[in-house]
Amino acid sequence: MLKYVTRRLLYTAILLLIVSFTIFYIFDLIPVDPARLICSKQCTPDLVEANRHRLGLDVSVLEQWWRFIQGLFQGRTYGEGGVEDIYCGAPSFGYSFNRHECVSTIIADVFPTTLSLTIGAFVLWLSVGVSLGVLAARKKGKFADRASNVFVLVGTSLPTFITGILVVLFIVLKFHLVNPLELGDWKNPITDPIGWLRTFFFPCATLALAYAATYTRFTRSNVLEISSEDYIRTARAKGLSEKVILRKHTLRAALAPIVTIAGLDFAGLLGGAIITEGIFGLSGLGKLSLKAVLETYDLPIIVATTLVGSAFVVIMNLIVDVAYAYLDPRVRT
Amino acid sequence: MNSENILELRGLQKHFKVGGAFGRGKTLIKAVDGVDFTVGRGETVGLVGESGCGKTTVGRTVMKIYDPTAGSIIFEGEDISKLSRREMKVRRSKMQMIFQDPYASLNPRHTVGTIIEAAFIIHKIEPTGGRVKAIQELLEMVGLNPEHINRFPHEFSGGQRQRIGIARALALKPHLIVADEPVSALDVSIQAQVVNLLDDLQKELGLSYLFVAHDLSVVQHISDRVVVMYLGKVMEIATTIELFANPRHPYTKALLSAVPIPDPIIERKRERIILTGDLPSPANPPTGCVFSTRCWKVQDRCISEAPVPIQISPNHTLACHFPEGTSNS
Amino acid sequence: MTKFLEVKNLSVSFPTEDGLVKASNDVSYSVDLGKTLAIVGESGSGKSVSNLAIMGLHNRATTQISGSAFLNLDESPIDVISAPEETVRRLRGKVMSMIFQDPMSALHPYFSVGNQIAEAWSLYNEGSKRDGMKRATEMLDLVGIPSAADRVKDFPHQFSGGMRQRVMIAMALVNNPKLLIADEPTTALDVTVQSQILKLIQEIQKEFNMAVILITHDLGVVAEVADNVCVMYGGKIVETSAIDEIFYRSQHPYTTALLESIPRVDQFGSHRLKAISGQPPSLIGLPKGCSFAPRCQFVSHVSGNRCTTEDPELTEKAKDHFARCFLSTEQIHSLTGRNVKA
Ligand SMILES: Nc1ncnc2c1ncn2[C@@H]1O[C@H](COP(=O)(O)OP(=O)(O)OP(=O)(O)O)[C@@H](O)[C@H]1O
Ligand SMILES: Nc1ncnc2c1ncn2[C@@H]1O[C@H](COP(=O)(O)OP(=O)(O)O)[C@@H](O)[C@H]1O
Ligand code: SF4
Ligand code: SF4
Ligand SMILES: [Mg+2]
Ligand SMILES: [Mg+2]
Repeated sequence: MLKYVTRRLLYTAILLLIVSFTIFYIFDLIPVDPARLICSKQCTPDLVEANRHRLGLDVSVLEQWWRFIQGLFQGRTYGEGGVEDIYCGAPSFGYSFNRHECVSTIIADVFPTTLSLTIGAFVLWLSVGVSLGVLAARKKGKFADRASNVFVLVGTSLPTFITGILVVLFIVLKFHLVNPLELGDWKNPITDPIGWLRTFFFPCATLALAYAATYTRFTRSNVLEISSEDYIRTARAKGLSEKVILRKHTLRAALAPIVTIAGLDFAGLLGGAIITEGIFGLSGLGKLSLKAVLETYDLPIIVATTLVGSAFVVIMNLIVDVAYAYLDPRVRT
Repeated sequence: MNSENILELRGLQKHFKVGGAFGRGKTLIKAVDGVDFTVGRGETVGLVGESGCGKTTVGRTVMKIYDPTAGSIIFEGEDISKLSRREMKVRRSKMQMIFQDPYASLNPRHTVGTIIEAAFIIHKIEPTGGRVKAIQELLEMVGLNPEHINRFPHEFSGGQRQRIGIARALALKPHLIVADEPVSALDVSIQAQVVNLLDDLQKELGLSYLFVAHDLSVVQHISDRVVVMYLGKVMEIATTIELFANPRHPYTKALLSAVPIPDPIIERKRERIILTGDLPSPANPPTGCVFSTRCWKVQDRCISEAPVPIQISPNHTLACHFPEGTSNS
Repeated sequence: MTKFLEVKNLSVSFPTEDGLVKASNDVSYSVDLGKTLAIVGESGSGKSVSNLAIMGLHNRATTQISGSAFLNLDESPIDVISAPEETVRRLRGKVMSMIFQDPMSALHPYFSVGNQIAEAWSLYNEGSKRDGMKRATEMLDLVGIPSAADRVKDFPHQFSGGMRQRVMIAMALVNNPKLLIADEPTTALDVTVQSQILKLIQEIQKEFNMAVILITHDLGVVAEVADNVCVMYGGKIVETSAIDEIFYRSQHPYTTALLESIPRVDQFGSHRLKAISGQPPSLIGLPKGCSFAPRCQFVSHVSGNRCTTEDPELTEKAKDHFARCFLSTEQIHSLTGRNVKA
């Protein structure tokens, strides 16, 4: 197991390096020149060149990337040759000349929001999906099963933006369950858990609904399938009680594949987060990157948010793989 | 080249590369590792051994479903081991295969007629009297009602489905039939029906059979000669009576002794050779004699030097350094 | 004389869309400590269902069970068919254990074999996890797993089929049960491994004085291990007696036909096999009359079409020898020539 985890860690680190380089490479290919964008009206080729140097874009992609990686670990000084040198401490994700801020500060500002949204939705959909699925499987054909089936049908047929708009319309505007002015305010979940819940519960639920429905269906069919496995009959033949059989034997096997797809779905969650952030007026990673791309073409921010997003996915995959190996001994080698 | 032989295998090898996923090396499974034997015209050769010893792989390589890694397959005087798929198509009508699972090997959405007709279509054959008549004759030949031509496989029992599989194999009038465990999936009371059918068809049509099975009682009944395999290699080949009455290879002897006999008095008197341990993995076979890890007669030489098959009499070939002496069954 | 397990008129049926499947129909059998009862029959003849009923492993909501199965325990006899589910559960793994046909799928792939054996042990014993693993190691050793102490933490996929069946046996026997039901324990295994496993079961049976029910379709296996035999056909017992009676003085046309249809490794000659024509019956809406009648070659020897109109009762034809056939002992023995003196 230790060997497996070490190998996976190494693999993840390599993957992150490759992903980050790819991102640099792609943005280098895009025919927009940030050095020209920030150049004033009386632009001369010399000025552009100076800008380029100040932005650190006058070296090869490889060199740019390498400086970025170094910056991540050691911090970095920006704006060489400009009016003043700016230092951003490790981990440095770059410097936005547009906003005159270290990108790491900007991200640190919005990251908790996105994290709250995605992790919250993730936990919500997993717990609701799995427990409803297990319940439906145990009460197959009974009322609980049919009720959960209705939930599945509704949940899977509503796209996230429709759910979001409906939630805002009814829960926030019509029933005033949440003060519309409070929507979008960041609250620290540790010092102000109630406030955090008020802000994030509905966005998370919106984001989670479709997934929760899919997971209910998936869990139900998985639990039913595992229940008819020979080894469950063996567990019964040993004299174990139904409770232990379900908790230990059935769920362990039924949840393993769920862990895998949950990891993959987590990737899609970031996309969904952009929509949800928009609807609920939250300022998260999604909004930040959208703004950077559409309004200011703030390359350092675009690169950093893309990177953080990809890293999120890659690390999630690592967690899933390790969790899966923990659950299923057959893949630990 | 003996024209009496419809099939001759010389040094046949089939190796599979498995694994090779990220961060791991590939392992080589020597499923068949140097097999020589012949099937005479009109003869039935039984191929026996424990699961995983390579019986199916031999059968499938003979059919060219797998391309052999090395060695030659001489079918009706011609080496087919290096023929392309297209070149094989013509020959394939002369050799056909019957499979173990009568459920899985028939397409559930096709009628019996369509299933058998496919053989005619693929090989562009127009039987005299038309296809329908030919199919009905085939059904009759295997003991099915010709009027059931439009029924679907699920409307038949396991034994009947196996008959459909046999009818399909016979459609192109093959000379050699490779039967892979054709009765293993059938009920005890149905097995005899299918064995008898195969017997009758052989007499009627002069077929040759390569009969792959793990059930030694059935193999003993149906075969003229028997090939015993272990971990991809041939241990012993002999005529059926010779092999069953006078097994010389320790493995054959142990295998025979393990087969229960439906006769309690004989069972009570019987001395069993109980082999210890399991079959080694074919990915990591023992050095020297492949049977050495379970053989009760093993000596140093067995581990250092692999025995090669030696013909000890016209109808008996053996691969063992220290064969058993003559004994009475 | 009471035997350890006494099954009386046990019927198990499953309501399905196509009708009621009478999988096991009025079966009665018994087995004593130290003895082996073989239940033999073709697939679908009802061998497993009656024994799953004894173990209480059917879903009571979807299965109709009637009859009784008494375990004559020292304290007091218990009818496991009518006893509350919780009572039967507490007998499972302790008084009665079962092993299954496919050792590949019968063990949980995610838990180590030691964990699975220890789990069975700790259900009925006080002790730490460590004691459980220690006990598991002892059991693995007992069933002949080499270097058991090293392998106890291994997972099922790291064992071969024969070894997994040994693990299953170790798990079934960890609480010294008095009854072991082995449902086709060697069907999925190679012959050389089959003889190892059968020998192991016999040795352990002797050591712990267990009653064993061995379910099989292989008459050779029956001849090797059984003391008594039940032959099942179409959900019913068609013949039952001591082993030699069944093999040498069978009183039922199905048993004799089966014995004659199978080739034997010790008999040569290219004789034609005496196949049984037709196929086993469907268990839904059994026709009137003897269920073997459509395949029986002796129907004409019974007067008045009785075979197709009347269902024969299981009757005692000779001492402790029951068969379900209208033919008299003399008739069947002269027709089949099976009347070998011991
Ligand atoms: N849960 C179930 N629901 C419906 N029918 C069932 C169920 N379990 C068994 N049966 C039917 O009962 C009959 C007897 O089944 P059983 O498993 O006892 O057969 P068997 O003789 O042990 O066969 P095999 O050798 O295939 O295991 C079969 O027709 C089977 O299809
Ligand atoms: N397509 C394949 N890929 C990899 N390994 C294979 C393949 N087919 C067979 N093998 C391996 O080759 C060996 C012999 O297999 P097979 O001929 O199927 O045995 P059997 O004697 O049971 O018919 C086994 O170890 C099997 O796992
Ligand atoms: S060569 Fe040696 S190990 Fe192999 S079968 Fe003969 S005696 Fe046994
Ligand atoms: S009762 Fe009739 S049909 Fe049934 S086994 Fe006896 S002779 Fe055959
Ligand atoms: Mg095979
Ligand atoms: Mg069964």
